[in-house]
Formats: sequence, structure tokens, C-alpha cells
Amino acid sequence: MLKIEQLNAWYGRSHILQGVNLKVEAGEVVCMIGRNGAGKTTTLRSVMGLVGRIDGQVLFDGHDISKEPVHRRFAYGLAYVPEERRIVPGLSVQENLRLGLVGSTNRTREAEMIDRIAETFPRLRERLSQSADTMSGGEQQMLAIARAMVSEPKLIMLDEPSEGIMPVLIDEMFELFNRMKADGITILLVEQNVERALSLADRAYIMDQGLIVHEDTAAALLADTEIQERYCAV
Amino acid sequence: MWFHSIGLLLRGVRVTFDLFLLQLFTGVALGAIYVLVALGLSLIFGLLTIVNFAHSQFFMLGAYVGAFIMGFVGNFWLALVGVPIVVGLIGMVCERFLIRPLYGRGIDYPLLLTFGLGLIILEIVRMLAGTAGIPFGTPPSLSGAVDLGVFFFPKYRLFLIGITAVILVGLWLFLERTSYGLIIRAGARDQEIVQILGIDVSKVWLVVFGVGIALAGLAGLLAAPIRGVFPEMGVPVLVEAFVVTVVGGMGSLFGAVVAGLLVGITVSFTSFYFPQMATLSMFLLMALVLIFRPRGLFGRAGLLD
Ligand SMILES: Nc1ncnc2c1ncn2[C@@H]1O[C@H](COP(=O)(O)OP(=O)(O)OP(=O)(O)O)[C@@H](O)[C@H]1O
Ligand SMILES: [Mg+2]
Repeated sequence: MLKIEQLNAWYGRSHILQGVNLKVEAGEVVCMIGRNGAGKTTTLRSVMGLVGRIDGQVLFDGHDISKEPVHRRFAYGLAYVPEERRIVPGLSVQENLRLGLVGSTNRTREAEMIDRIAETFPRLRERLSQSADTMSGGEQQMLAIARAMVSEPKLIMLDEPSEGIMPVLIDEMFELFNRMKADGITILLVEQNVERALSLADRAYIMDQGLIVHEDTAAALLADTEIQERYCAV
Repeated sequence: MWFHSIGLLLRGVRVTFDLFLLQLFTGVALGAIYVLVALGLSLIFGLLTIVNFAHSQFFMLGAYVGAFIMGFVGNFWLALVGVPIVVGLIGMVCERFLIRPLYGRGIDYPLLLTFGLGLIILEIVRMLAGTAGIPFGTPPSLSGAVDLGVFFFPKYRLFLIGITAVILVGLWLFLERTSYGLIIRAGARDQEIVQILGIDVSKVWLVVFGVGIALAGLAGLLAAPIRGVFPEMGVPVLVEAFVVTVVGGMGSLFGAVVAGLLVGITVSFTSFYFPQMATLSMFLLMALVLIFRPRGLFGRAGLLD
């Protein structure tokens, strides 16, 4: 579904990604872990087309999307939930959800899609008309995920969804991810919450200093505390 | 005897109250033009983060295009529809081919570009239509005055207030009730997320720029019967619109409306009671607002940071 080959990325003069290779098969949950500043966010942003200068190949669903503008990558079925929730202040919960539909072919089924998503996210159903920025951090994160899901993407990339969220909601969120996985949704997940992420994922990549330094099944990595300590200890 | 003086006093109060109302109405009519100009400026700034220095020349262009349509078909109502369309389209061409290549290069590039664009529009109009200016009378169906009960008020100015109100309601419905409006409201807060959600923002910017310029052109046409039509008619407008946007808060549409009316009313009252202070008064108002609210009345924090 997604295949990244020899991906390089720069911010100004600093060469951040230095030849990243990674793939995600349809229906898989793949997780990417690594220290702060390893380049995980930069990888996701490069895939979405948000990094100014990149080099290398990004294949998605058979298309080379590395030169496509952001909105076309979305049209191919790629969704991205950025690190800092990015709920649009001043808009209601419902409007934020609608925003997830206006650029998608699902916009003609707006009422149906919002009903359906509200079933998956009961917390949001009660707050549809509430201003989104008055919700708690965890609820906002749920909304950001729901907003990315209403267009029914082929692959959803989540950047540290559990960051700064209270434990109860983290449980709820990982339950949701498990349900998404059971529904066959393809996920590329970046997480600091290593144990939880590895228990959910099928495979995992470890990133360090702009490179993939290790790759294995999630189960094997979960058992390998030595590797975890080497690359993920803060 | 005392009741007689009270009667006189009351009559005096009544006269000044009528005058007060008259000045207030005059101010609102004047402010209506400011509102239209500043709305376009704010809309463009709020989304494209461009301070459009050519705005006042599109205002002037609107008056000229209006005069041209009037000369051709002699119908003010047709001009009223035609001007925003024609001027808006010219604005869209400018955005597409001149401004778009400059996105992402910092705020000073488009600023210099629109400044130059304004001068070019001015010179083209001077070349095509002459430097002298052209007559533009109040349309016959809108001339004269109406009796508002307390005073007589020029029909045309009443029309100005009415049409501005209609445009405001229309714009509000567009922004609040349509998908396009939703995109615009979201895009003003966070461009990137709108892109991530599959929207081609360059198309949205094109439309927003067109709408902003169309409003400027329409304002120019509406101002024509009052201010006259001449190449330099936009010059004071740039200053006025600047004051209004700063008072209202850069990028705030609601602020543009409130500040436009506020500046109109301020100018109207000072030109009646202290005529020599008329122009100065709006700057005093701006200074006063900035002392208490450095970002303007409804300015959002961080827009320019
Ligand atoms: N906008 C930017 N401009 C310049 N450098 C940047 C920018 N964003 C990130 N960097 C740098 O790129 C490197 C990789 O950052 P990135 O955000 O991809 O790391 P990360 O793995 O997501 O870290 P974290 O776990 O803290 O989110 C870091 O050294 C960071 O300082
Ligand atoms: Mg990150």
C-alpha cells in the first residue's frame, strides 16, 4: 500500500532524513518508534507532501506520489493526523467533521458519515454543536482522528496520538485502534508509548538520526528489551 | 415664564437630537463604503496574509468600470451587477499570474508587488480615460431625499446603507452556511490542516482574492456619485481602509464592519462640529484604540507573529 524508498528530506540546510526505507501492506498496522528528534514526524510529513525539499520515492497504492500536491495525496486515500491535534478553533465539533468531508468524495453522504462516525466516537456525538476548542485534549485528539476517518481513507498516519492525554482516554484510544485494526484499516502509527504501540502493531520500525536502524515484527521487538532500551530510552 | 424657557430648551434639545440622528445616519452611510473596502482587505489579509496595497486602485477601477457600463447602457443597476464581476475577474487574473508565484516567500514580496500593481492600474486608467476625471451623477431613481419622520435624508445614502446591509448578510450566509465558507473560515486559522484534508487551497485563495477585489470595485462604484470619478480617487481610500482595518483588528471581518461604521460616524460628527479636525479625527480614534487594544478591537493574537 505504502512504500518509501531512499527518502531524503531537508529543513533548510539540515539534512534530516538520510535514506529512509519503509513499507506498509494493506490491512497492516505498522508502528514507528524512536527518540525525540529521530525524524518520525518528518517522515510522515514527507509522505503527506508537507516538507519543502525531499528526494526519493513515495509509492502509494501503485502511484508515485512524491511530486503530487498535498490535496491530491489525500484524494488517493492518504490521511494524516498531525502531532499537534490541529482542531480548528472557532469551529464546532460538527464543523470540524464536515471539514474532513468537503475535500472528499464522501461529501455527498455527509449526514450518513457523521452519524456513522458519531457511533464510533460516542464522546463526540454528545458534543456535536460544542465549540471544538472547549473540549479536553483527549477529546480533541479523538476529534482529529474522527475527522481523518470520515473520508474513509485507505491508510491513516497517526503522529503520537496519545501524547499529553490522560490515561483513561489513552485506554479508550487504543481500544479504538484495536477496533480499527479489526475492521481492516491500514495504520502507520508513530508512538512514544512503546509497549502499547507494539502490542497493537503487526510490524515495527525503529528510527534513529534520520535512518531506519531496525525492523522486525512487533511481537519480536516487544520481547527484545535490549533494543528497546538502546533506541527508545529517553 | 419659567415654563416658557423650559419649552425653548426642550425644543433646542429636540433640534440637536434630530441633528445628532442626522449626523449618525450620515456617518453610517459614509461608514458603509469603508466597511466594503475594509472587508475585502481583511478577507484577503486573513487568508492570504497579503496586505493588498493595490486595493484602493481596484476601488477606483470599480468606479471607472461603472462609468463605462453607464456610458454604454445607461443603467445603474446593470453597473451594480457588472462592476463586481468585471473587477473581481481582473483581481483573479492578478492573483493567478502575479501573486501566486510569491506565496511562501515572506510578507514583503506580495506587499511590494501589490504596491507596484496599484501604480500600474493608476497609470493605465490615466492613459485610457484621461487625468481629468469624468462626471458621474446620482442615478435618477435614487436622487432626492426621503422623509424619515425626524429629518429628510438623501435617498442615495439610504440606498448605500441598505445595499451594504444586504451584502453583509449575503457574505455572512456564504461564510457560515456553505462548504466553501467553512473552508475559508478553517483556512484562515490553519491552512495546513485544510490541505491535509484534501482541499486545493490555491483555488480557495483565488476565489477569496476575487471576492475581496469585487467588494473594493463595488465600493468604488457606490462611492462614485458622492466622491466623483477621477484617477486619484483611491488615494485617500487606502489610508481610510488602513485605519479601519487597524481599528477593527487585522484580518477580522466583524472588526472591519464595526470599525468601518465607527470611523464613518466619527468623521461625520467631527466634520459637522469641528470641520478642520475631520481627517485628523480618524487617526485620533486609531491612536486611542491602539493604546487600549494594540491588536485592534477584534484582532486575533498571533496573526502577524
Ligand atoms: N520545521 C523545522 N525546521 C528545522 N528543523 C526541524 C523542523 N522540524 C523538525 N526539525 C528537526 O528535524 C529533526 C527531526 O525532527 P522530527 O520532528 O521529525 O522528530 P521526531 O522523531 O518526530 O521527534 P519527536 O519524538 O520529538 O516528535 C530534529 O532534529 C528537529 O530539530
Ligand atoms: Mg514528532
